[in-house]
Amino acid sequence: MPAPYRPTMNSIETSGNRPKTIENSRRIFRSKRVRRETFIGWLFTLPALFMYAFFVLVPFLMTILYSFFRWNGVGPMTWVGVKNYVSVFQVPNLIGTIFNAFWLVVWFSFIPVCLGLIVASVIHRVATGTFGLVARTVLFLPQVIALVAAGIIWGWLLALPGLINQMLKAVGLSVITRAWLGDFHWALPAVGMVGVWVLLGFCTVLLLTGMTKIDPALYESARLDGASWVHEFFAITVPLLRHEIGVCLTVTVIAALAAFDIIWVTTAGGPGNSTSVPGIQIYILAFTQRAIGLASALAVMLMVLVVIVILPIQWLTRESEK
Amino acid sequence: MKVARSELWAGRTLLLALMAFTILPFISIFMTALHPSGTVPSGLDWPENPQWINFVTAFNMAEMPKLFASSIFIVLSVVPATLVISTMAGFAIGLLRIPGSRVLLFLFVFGLTLPFQGIIIPIYFLERAIGIYNTRVAIALPLIALYMPFAVFWMRAHFVNMPSELSEAARVDGATTWDLFWRIHIPLARAPVASLGILTSIWTWNQFLLCLVLVEDPTQRTMAGGLGAFQGHYANNVPLLCAGTILILVPTLLIFILFQRQIISALLQGSVKG
Repeated sequence: MPAPYRPTMNSIETSGNRPKTIENSRRIFRSKRVRRETFIGWLFTLPALFMYAFFVLVPFLMTILYSFFRWNGVGPMTWVGVKNYVSVFQVPNLIGTIFNAFWLVVWFSFIPVCLGLIVASVIHRVATGTFGLVARTVLFLPQVIALVAAGIIWGWLLALPGLINQMLKAVGLSVITRAWLGDFHWALPAVGMVGVWVLLGFCTVLLLTGMTKIDPALYESARLDGASWVHEFFAITVPLLRHEIGVCLTVTVIAALAAFDIIWVTTAGGPGNSTSVPGIQIYILAFTQRAIGLASALAVMLMVLVVIVILPIQWLTRESEK
Repeated sequence: MKVARSELWAGRTLLLALMAFTILPFISIFMTALHPSGTVPSGLDWPENPQWINFVTAFNMAEMPKLFASSIFIVLSVVPATLVISTMAGFAIGLLRIPGSRVLLFLFVFGLTLPFQGIIIPIYFLERAIGIYNTRVAIALPLIALYMPFAVFWMRAHFVNMPSELSEAARVDGATTWDLFWRIHIPLARAPVASLGILTSIWTWNQFLLCLVLVEDPTQRTMAGGLGAFQGHYANNVPLLCAGTILILVPTLLIFILFQRQIISALLQGSVKG
């Protein structure tokens, strides 16, 4: 822990002299000082800038560069222009990953945010005490564990003898039991459920924090006018939580589009390509099929996609006063 | 606020149901972990003869002490370095407002939306070229860099709100830039630095993709990376896999229970600022 600042003898002397210095020399002194300070300021940013440039900005540019070549990672690189991008659009397995990613947004983003709004307003209304606090903590729990662990846990829950099928049998729905992650139609929604499990608590708690900031007088007056819960919800809660909803959407949409860990340990993209998302396909193309150029083109498209989706969300939900 | 009795119960029931939805998966893997190794039990079924030995077996098979030491090593090399260099950069951008700080800020903010998968391929070749592939450093160095956009943005948000009178007063007393940083602003920045430390520790502990791509030896990875490898080997032995998962979850869960208030608020603030 650094010691609190104490002026040295020397510095007291300088500050004592200051009023006597004439205007002109003061200006020179200052401009010299400013230049020196700028230099020192830049020195402060150098370590961060160096690390960032070396391991993020350079690789970012290299990804773009690789995407114009055909390369297996060891042999010579062949310039192919935009052919890799054309391939991404033409090969159903590749463009399909982008459709899957958007499908996943419904599960990772839309459901947790909507459900989170409802749950948060329920906690806000009926569980302000210890119960609300416990509910908050419990729901948040999946957010801190590794996504790999979440994937492994749900891989077992969704298996044929797992908990989900056991519960379905218990309520008489044994007809629809199946190995959820091995089913072409159900694998993606099943993976989506894991996303709901992980992200619901995060959205709930974030939205709840926003709700506690809303002036209770608004609700009081709405109720005097005879507003129902639904009215209140859409007329007060949702509009005033615009910023928080925007944050939830941003975080969860990135989690969906750039999903990797959960899918890798549950289905690895299968069965077939039914749960394959860009993250998984980039890994497979680059590190098992050694198609570096194609993988890079998909990576560039993923990065562009994230920006295209995130910008309007940010723009629409920004707090107007800032 | 007055709430009708029926609404009260409906709301509480919904909350209880969702809490069950969150907790049941943990209970299920715990019960499964106690079944004899190699059998396939059903989801929620307390075994007649609980096999606590499974935890010992998984502990040995996953080389837990090595994995734990490796994770600690990676966290201890990533987190302090991240905190120091991002605080310095945040200080220069947010408080000194050096010429060019807007450009710098933009440069860092640009990285906020960058998915790891987007840049992992060149990082792999870069690390092979400089000869750190398949070491713990191979995970640590890119992680520090990948945290920079968020960490610098976070620290800048703190420094930009510090009153300028504070720095001016110190200047009048003849403080150098270093004094200003080390003796005045660092002690005042303890709270945001602590939150950033919590966040980056959790993220590092749970990091999977970098481990998978950059390190082949599971005992050189973080906990999450090790778990991935463990799953690869024991995917068909469900009780053992569940036992291993629980062992790997225990440290995170303990930390969460101890620091839940700080962790929740750090994660929330982190996303709001980011």
